[in-house]
Parts: sequence; C-alpha cells; structure tokens
Amino acid sequence: MLNIPLLRAGRPYESLTTQTLTDVRTGEPIAALSLAAPGMISRDLRDMAAHRKLLDGFTVDELLRMCRDAAGHFATGDLPLGQSTQGPEDYLEQLAATTGMPQAMGRANMGKIVSNLENMASVLDGLTRGLELSTLDHGHAEQDGRRVSYLRQTDSLGAVLPNNSPGVHALWLPAIPLKTPLVLKPGTTEPWTPYRIAQAFIAAGCPPQAFSLYPSSHAGASEVLLRTGRSLFFGDAATVRTWQGSGKVQVHGPGWSKIMLFGDAAEQWSDHVDMIASSAAANGGRSCINASGVWTVSHGDELADALGRKLAAIEPRSLDDPDAQLAAFAQPQVAQAISEMIDQQLEGEGAEDVTARYYEGSRVMEVGGCTFLRPTVIRCTDPDHPLASSEFGFPFISVVEVTDPEELLEGIGPTLVGSAVGADSDAALRDSILTSPHVDRLNLGAIPTYQISWDQPHEGNLFDHLFKQRAFQLVTA
Amino acid sequence: MTTATATDTTAPGQSLEARVAETRAQLDAHVREIVAWHFDPATGCPFWLEKAKSFDFDPLKDIQTYEDLKRFPSFEDEWLRGGPVRRWVPRGMADEPVYVFETGGTTGLPKSRINMHDFETDYELFGDRLSDKTFPRGSDWLMLGPTGPRRLRLAIEHLAQYRGGIAFHVDLDPRWVTKLVKAQRWEELDAYKAHVTEQALKILRAHESVKCIFTTPKLLETLCESVSLDRLGITGIFCGGTEMNAEFHRFAREELVPGVDFRPVYGNTLMGLAASPTFDPEHPDYTITYYPPTPRAVFEIVDPDDPDRLVGYGETGRVILTTLTKEFFMPRFLERDEGERAAPIDEFPCDGVSNLRLFSRFAKKVAVGVY
Repeated sequence: MLNIPLLRAGRPYESLTTQTLTDVRTGEPIAALSLAAPGMISRDLRDMAAHRKLLDGFTVDELLRMCRDAAGHFATGDLPLGQSTQGPEDYLEQLAATTGMPQAMGRANMGKIVSNLENMASVLDGLTRGLELSTLDHGHAEQDGRRVSYLRQTDSLGAVLPNNSPGVHALWLPAIPLKTPLVLKPGTTEPWTPYRIAQAFIAAGCPPQAFSLYPSSHAGASEVLLRTGRSLFFGDAATVRTWQGSGKVQVHGPGWSKIMLFGDAAEQWSDHVDMIASSAAANGGRSCINASGVWTVSHGDELADALGRKLAAIEPRSLDDPDAQLAAFAQPQVAQAISEMIDQQLEGEGAEDVTARYYEGSRVMEVGGCTFLRPTVIRCTDPDHPLASSEFGFPFISVVEVTDPEELLEGIGPTLVGSAVGADSDAALRDSILTSPHVDRLNLGAIPTYQISWDQPHEGNLFDHLFKQRAFQLVTA
Repeated sequence: MTTATATDTTAPGQSLEARVAETRAQLDAHVREIVAWHFDPATGCPFWLEKAKSFDFDPLKDIQTYEDLKRFPSFEDEWLRGGPVRRWVPRGMADEPVYVFETGGTTGLPKSRINMHDFETDYELFGDRLSDKTFPRGSDWLMLGPTGPRRLRLAIEHLAQYRGGIAFHVDLDPRWVTKLVKAQRWEELDAYKAHVTEQALKILRAHESVKCIFTTPKLLETLCESVSLDRLGITGIFCGGTEMNAEFHRFAREELVPGVDFRPVYGNTLMGLAASPTFDPEHPDYTITYYPPTPRAVFEIVDPDDPDRLVGYGETGRVILTTLTKEFFMPRFLERDEGERAAPIDEFPCDGVSNLRLFSRFAKKVAVGVY
C-alpha cells in the first residue's frame, strides 16, 4: 500500500501513527497517511525563521518564475509521492477515490490551480493593489512618488485545509512568491492536492524547507493555528466560530453565497434560470462560492419550480464518467444524515422540496458503490425558515421571495459571494447593495457566483494578512 | 510503608511457556484468596456482601480460578459513581485510614475508588523495575500531571519517597482542561499549559537534585519547547496519558528527550499501574505495549460483541480489566479502551495490550486534553 509521509520542512517523514485512506466505492485501502504528533509541529516551527530566510534569498520575480514552472510540473509531471511517483492521472484517480470527486471535476479544479500558478503575477497585483513587488525584495521602494514599506507579520503561514474541493488550495499559493513558508494541515481525505503542489514547487527549484505538511488530529490543527504567526482556517460554522475575530487566523467558513433578483430581472426570471442552476451545481455544489440561495422580489414559485425541474435532471454518474456532475459523499452516513435533516425541517410550514416533483424515489442515491444526494431546490415561503439559510456540500439552493428590495438585502444574512441582478437602473438600490455589510464578494449583474477573478481578494486578503504597511522615512544622500 | 505482595515470582531459567503456566497458577491462587476475603462477612465490604445475595452461585465455593470470575456479572462503573463510598471499605480494613480517588471525569460523573495502601503497593512494584542508573535512588522528582482528587498526586510522591527522594508538584486540574477542549477554547488551553509548564521550569531550574519526572505527553512536549531536559540534568522520565502512542514514543526518544530514559506507563485509578517492556536501543520497537501488575490486576482483550471470547494474539479487541486486591475487587470491567492482544514475554509472563486507545465506538464521545 502507498505510504504518504509527512513533509517536515520538505523532509519526508513516515510516522508510526497512520490513517488509512479508503476508496469511497469499494472501501478498499488506498494509502496509509502518516499523522504528525502535535508536538512535532510546534517543535519544527522553531526553525521557520531560517526557512523563511531561504525564500528571502530569491527575488519576487524569481519566485514568480518558479510558480510558472510549478504550474507545468503540477499539470503534467511525475512527482514524488511517498515511495512512489504520481502522474496527473494518478492524482485524479486518487482524488476521486478518497473524496468522491469525479475525475472530470478534479481535472477542472486542477486547471484552476494551474491557471492561478501561471498567472501569479496578476494575482499578486490584485492582492497588493498594484504594489511595486520589488518592495518585498528590498523592504521599501518608491512608488508613484511615495516611499512605501511593508513589514512581514509572520515567519510562516499555517493553513488548516478542507476536503471539499482542490480549487480552494489556490488561496494559499501566493504565500510562496510572498516569501512565506507554508505549514499545511490537509483535510482527512484530501492530502493529494497540497502534497502535489508542494512537490511541483520543489521540482521547480523552490527550497523544500518552504513546505511542511502535517496530516494530524484536531489537536494538530489547533497547534498549526496557535503556533504560526498567521494562518487560514477552513471549516464548518461551528468549528471556525472559535477563531472568529482572531487577528492571527483568517477564517473561511461556509459561504452562504446567493443570487439576488431585483426589478426586471425578477420579472424576467426565466432568463436567469441557467445561471442560477449552474451557480448551485457547478463543481458538484461543493464550494463556498456555490449559490445556496436565490432571493427574488417576485415570481418565487415559478422560479423555484423551473430550478427544481432543471436540477432534478442531473443524475449521479460513476466517478470516471466524463459527464459526471455530482460528487459522491466520502461517508455515506453523512449523506443520509443531511437528507434526514432536510426532511425533518420540511415537516413544518414554510418550505417545500420542489425538486421532489420531478423524480421518483429517494434524495439519497447509490451509483457504482458511491452514495450521492440529488440536487435539491427548496421553495421557502418563510424567509426565516432554517432551510432559507442552509448550505450543504451538494447542489442545494433555497428560493426566497421578499417583495421589498431593502428588506431582501437585510434578510439575506452573511453572503460570501452575492450576485445582484436587475439593480442597474435604480441608483438608490445599487447604493444599498454596494453598502450592504452582508456581502463579501459582490457581483453586479448576471454573473454566476462561482465565476471568480483571481486578481480579487477572497474572504480576506492574504497579502494584508501577511504584511502590514508601515510608515517609512529614509535619509537620502 | 507497605510490602509488595505481587510481582513476577516465577523461577528464572524456566521456559516462557512454563512461566506463563506458573503465573496463571499464581493468579488462580490469588483469585481464591481475594474472593475469600471479599465474601467473608468478617472481612468483605458491604457492597459485595450485599451483592452476593443476588448471585446464583456461592463465591466462596464456586470461584476457584480466574476463569471462574466469568460467573460474576460484568462490573458496572455506575456502581462507583456517587455514594455511599464507605460501602466499598472492607470490614477487615475498617480501622485503616481511607483515601478516596476519582477518575478523570471525562465520561460524566467521576468514579470514586477507596484506597488504603494499594496505590503505594502499585507504585512500589513499578519502582522496583526502574533503573537505578537513570532513576537514581535518592534523587528528587517533579510530578507534572493531574493533581486534586487523582491518585497520581500521592502515588508519585510515594514513589519518590520509596526510592529515597522528594517529589515537587505543580497543580493541574484535568477537568478544567476537558472543559476547555470541549468548548474548543484552544487559546485558553494553551495559556493553561504555559502556566503549568512555567511553574515546572522554575522547579527544574531551582532544584538540581531533580533527576526524574512524571508527566503527560502533551506537557512533555510543552516543557521541551523551552529547555533541554537532558541539559537540566533529567535522566529518567515516566510518562502516561491518552496521547501516548508509538509515534509519540519515537518522537520522545529521538527528538524530545534523546539520551533520557523514557518509560511509557498506563495507569488508572481502578487498576494500578501497567508497565511497558524495557526498550532495546539496538533493536528499537516503539510499539506501546502494557502488561498489567498480575496477579493484582489482569487484562483480557476480548471481542466487543462477545466479551467472553478472547481475541487472538495481535488481534484487536476491547479491554476487560479485573482488579484483585484486598482493598478492591473488580471483576471483568469493560474498559473504555481497545487495543491489540499482546503475547506474554520473558519480562512479563502474562497477556498484555498493545496500541491502547479509546474504544472506537466511544472515540468521538470523549474529550481528552493535556493529560
């Protein structure tokens, strides 16, 4: 069986404590994943300043070249993986086997990571708002007639990573050209992507010491968050709540992303059904940028019915089917529990599963040994119904009608990506949308929630997390 | 000072098979002695004397061997929760001063166990196995583990005194730790760990006579973040707690405290103290295997769905613990742990358990912390 070691500042280390990764289709073991003792993480972190200095030995331009080279290695290379090597097809198969993500979907996510690495200069440009990047090489620079300087806040960036979708790993990639070593705690079923990214960078000439990978228990995750100067934490609402408000930890919880239809867009709702459906279902509905709600000022019933009809047509397929649009659940009991929870919440007034009009049988389905949940559209006539503000890791979207636009904006609650459609002609409404405290990433117009521009910050800006602008004066000769 | 009443008394030079058989015979004899004590109205404790009225057998006649203990119902830990605690005091020891110790409290209302001298005996037996070179007699100890109503507080102090030393202590409340873990208050937990290790470091820096430490894996990690225990003169560490596993064992020996004698132990209030085999640096095996202080306590590793069936050697099963002392009789208690059944070895001619961990069916329900 394949052994996946830890990476301790790039050095492979096989732990005596392992977790067996199994194939979601057959239950067969795929790999033994080494687990780090929490104390090992804090011990290794004592050397992070030295590892950071290795990255400081490169200019940002040189590190950007490495990103481009790493993109090629990630996309096509045979890269070290434990005692073996891993090609791109191996990666996609392993990813599918342990996470239930269809290979076609994995390939699309792979493309996101490659694109991010290839376009890292634009990403940094967006994150730094056009900072002259040599500032990071010299500590200060003159830009637009002003002296600017930034002070780094940490010797390493920790990240407690999710299992849901490989594309999310693009968020921590800029740390390398920002000269910050990474301390990663991968998800329990998805070590594949961070491991492959690390190996791609090492193949591109990046110092191995810049990558530490510690699969671990919850205690290990806490150790990463406590001991690194800055970190990212991906998790569910209950898990991340503890770290909300910590300046050191940037929290990435559920997205509760939404589409809002105003004015003519609500009247002409049928023009937007495809955009809304794809916002819910793209990438198997696994991302925080998938829409879990559509809030409209009118025609809620008709819109819900059309969405239900469209999404109910998506059938589970085997993981190697190139047309697969649904991801399987790594743990079948989780799918069952989610479905039961939805049914329990439907028992009261104020919500109906409109997808159920268009299929026979159960929401939970088994295909090819995998367990899936059918896409689900809920028409919530009560905006306060719990399903109106729920998010799950499969295509799930609730349709809520609130006739007053201002009340609608107030009612949506926290929204990672908000696409507001139909507000162009109403300046006052557009102003309310622009100033809504609920929306993080704002799209004005019919833009699917999953369509993101990598030069825009995501749920907090990584550059601002790692660096602080400071006053700087210099005596010049 | 008490006298140890149980240890490996089999004759050296015998085959392992013969020693295992002799150990078993000693166990059977010990069972007869202990059952006779606990079910004699003159010496037994009120709990068992009352309980015996509901048995369809006569413990004094029908329990002649360890195997016969299966006639008893499984010991239920609920019997140890709440009072009156005096129902556990044997009449034959009614004039002895009584201690009461509590379990960690990670599984609800703590279990209470009365004690007179058992904790001293258990730790003397363990102390006799310690190396005089790395746990020097006459040297002092640091006890950095659960205090309060836990047995460890007094047991480590007794061990230190038994070996001619003095024990220094730091307060540690594991129930507070459990609360912090359950509430995911990680920063507070970290601050508490720092608070206790800071006190420990003061002791270590101020008292060069301290050569030996008892602590938990997590606290050892934290201590070693700040200092080299080797350089501070520490030569022996014995360490136990829920986080102990093979990887931690290797990590401790190779990185945290290289050159220091590191002895993993497993103890609990209901049993006593189980020891691990002597580590052979020439042939390192980091597997954590514990052997009980037979005949005072016995492990069986059984099929969780059929606790009367032992699993095979190397197979996984749930731990059944039996404690057989004059102070406490606890037949066939299904522990909250599982592990692999370990075969007898020369050093311990009885069954042991490897890779002890929370019973997988309970694993998600129990919060564990720094201890």
